[in-house]
Amino acid sequence: MTDKKTLFINDTEVEFTDEKTVLEVAKKAGIEIPTFCYRPDLTQFGACRMCVVEVEGRGIQASCTMPPRAGIKIYTNNNKVRKIRKAILELLLAHHDRECTTCSKSGSCELQKYSMEYGITDIPYVKMKQEEFSPIDASSPSIVRDMNKCILCGACVRACSEFQGIGVLGFSERGSLTKVQPMAGKPLKDVNCVNCGQCVSVCPTGALTIKSDIDNVYDLLNDKEVKTIVQIAPSVRVALGEMFNLPSGENTIKKIYSACRKLGFDLIFDTNFSADLTIMEEASEFVERLTKGENLPIFTSCCPAWVRYMELNHPDMLNHLSSAKSPQGMLSPIAKEIAPKFYEGFNKENIKVISIMPCTAKKYEAKRDELKGETDYVLTTYEFAKMIKQQGIDFNNIDEQEADSPFGQYSGGGTIFGASGGVAEAALRTAYNIVTGKNLENLDVMPLRGVDKASRSKEAAVDINGQTVKIRVVSTLAEAERAIKEVKEGKADFQMLEVMACPGGCINGGGQPSACKDLKTKENRAQGLYKEDRELKIRNCHENPDIIRLYSEFLEKPGSHKAHELLHTTYSNKSQKIKV
Amino acid sequence: MTELKTSVDFKKIDEILKEYNYNKTNLITILQKVQAIYRYLPEEAISYIGENIEGLSPATVYGVVTFYAQFSLEPKGKYEIKVCDGTACHVRGSMPVLEAVRKKLSLQNGKMTTPNGLFSLETVSCLGACSLAPAVVINEKVYPKMTPDAVLIIIDTLLKENE
Repeated sequence: MTDKKTLFINDTEVEFTDEKTVLEVAKKAGIEIPTFCYRPDLTQFGACRMCVVEVEGRGIQASCTMPPRAGIKIYTNNNKVRKIRKAILELLLAHHDRECTTCSKSGSCELQKYSMEYGITDIPYVKMKQEEFSPIDASSPSIVRDMNKCILCGACVRACSEFQGIGVLGFSERGSLTKVQPMAGKPLKDVNCVNCGQCVSVCPTGALTIKSDIDNVYDLLNDKEVKTIVQIAPSVRVALGEMFNLPSGENTIKKIYSACRKLGFDLIFDTNFSADLTIMEEASEFVERLTKGENLPIFTSCCPAWVRYMELNHPDMLNHLSSAKSPQGMLSPIAKEIAPKFYEGFNKENIKVISIMPCTAKKYEAKRDELKGETDYVLTTYEFAKMIKQQGIDFNNIDEQEADSPFGQYSGGGTIFGASGGVAEAALRTAYNIVTGKNLENLDVMPLRGVDKASRSKEAAVDINGQTVKIRVVSTLAEAERAIKEVKEGKADFQMLEVMACPGGCINGGGQPSACKDLKTKENRAQGLYKEDRELKIRNCHENPDIIRLYSEFLEKPGSHKAHELLHTTYSNKSQKIKV
Repeated sequence: MTELKTSVDFKKIDEILKEYNYNKTNLITILQKVQAIYRYLPEEAISYIGENIEGLSPATVYGVVTFYAQFSLEPKGKYEIKVCDGTACHVRGSMPVLEAVRKKLSLQNGKMTTPNGLFSLETVSCLGACSLAPAVVINEKVYPKMTPDAVLIIIDTLLKENE
């Protein structure tokens, strides 16, 4: 006898095993129950009540918080349930700025979607007046907060405290006055927000959106005096397709190059190239620190949300951060300083660099005092997809093209930057080569892979010339904080710490199409990157011919004076905490 | 109002936090103790508590402060007048009592503390003293079976004491 358990959904017998909620059981059985606040990566909250179902003998229950029990009979969409859901939608809409046409979330808004599906045609309540609206907070370089569109599902509050351990957003007041806001309603720029955009990513409505730079980029594209250089980050290529109904994880980079040319960008470089470059600098910095025994463990520095987190919360440990700029931060000065030597008509003064990133924090990074004037504008994957649509480009049927080279070629090591663990894996491949002169026998460092909840902290140990080097990889700042605590207490036995603020890494960044409703999306995107890594001829960053040429003709060697000038940066204490 | 706000002595808050082991489950008590010092919860104090208790943030502590009516973001008066407006007190005439006090103290536009910081006025839900309805509590003292006239005499007495 097996312990097979079943329950009934809409009179059909359905098997279940270890699912925690009726909602999950239904989903597995092919029935999608509508919900706003349910996010499988966050704790269940039961706030929005959209997921109500009728349970025989127990009345109406929220399926996102109800554990499955053998034999129960559930109706997910009978007339009673439909009427309740309609009433919920009407009540949510009663207190909502319903100007959908001017909302940047229009088209991907869950409230809009369900209102349409449930046929809401009339709201029997008084419409909110303009003077009752709260002001929009556009103070942050990355995120726009419009509380007139908030439905109080609390997903952002949970994301900020559960993923990042920061808790910038919280509920305040109560009853009909309840709102979600930073401490005392301060603007986002004045609180310790790291701009990761996970709140945007889990928001079902237009309450939290990406700050758009689309118009700024159009201005550059239409300026005949300006030469535009675009760079595309690793994880954009495996997520952008989703905005055009392609499966998640499908690598569309060659279509992206083509779309960039159609949009009018003059040169197309790949951030994967500068990811290779980041590894060259970071791996040699790592080897140097290992040899000298200084500032260990080294902390990776490519995630701008993590860098800001360190500057805000652990200014005493900034010496651990690698001084290497992020891939975005490296490619922009290369494009402005060195590319003119290869491309006619380009000079430092007329070049503007636009980067396409999976990340809202990259917008902040581009505005950092230390990096000002290098990257001109940052578009997120979401914004870039919008531009492609606006220009009427048929993305699915577009021809495939190549990037411009030099500065367009890349290795597998650069590609895997997009998944949590990828930077460490690529760095390990190159560090091993620097020390031993040989390549790792097996380039796949499997223990560092995985983007699910259980893989938010992982470790690998590798023997390099008789010395065991231990690497810790974490994603989410809550996990990073735990690792930092170990370092502070002297308990850390690892020499390198890779941190990505978003759960699973950049593939799940705040600028990507939202992946918060289905855990498989993250997984598919990561697999898309590892697949490209396997299939590329060159998998080691140090073997990229564009990289070798860059060093031999311009930068001498990793860590050289010239390399430091262009490719390294500094950090400073930005703590806002009250000092006593 | 702003002149009533005081600068925060973080050492005092530290002592309170220490007494309660920086434990987030003691947050309400911690807030009560801090409010007892300043007669309200200054914004810096809220931030400081949020920053120093693990698992909390300024925004979450602010959320707790604004959730409970017992906490105030504005300084309360030397005399905190609480007029009970539970069901029993309400039917026995708590509203005329409240109105008399408001008029006497010239409190307008939602302001609940007198400009000199002497009195603050609020209504509270049931105090559990229904047999004394309508009840008024000033600081810790309960005044039973209030009428508009009676409450004005009490306020006059307090005013005289503070001349």
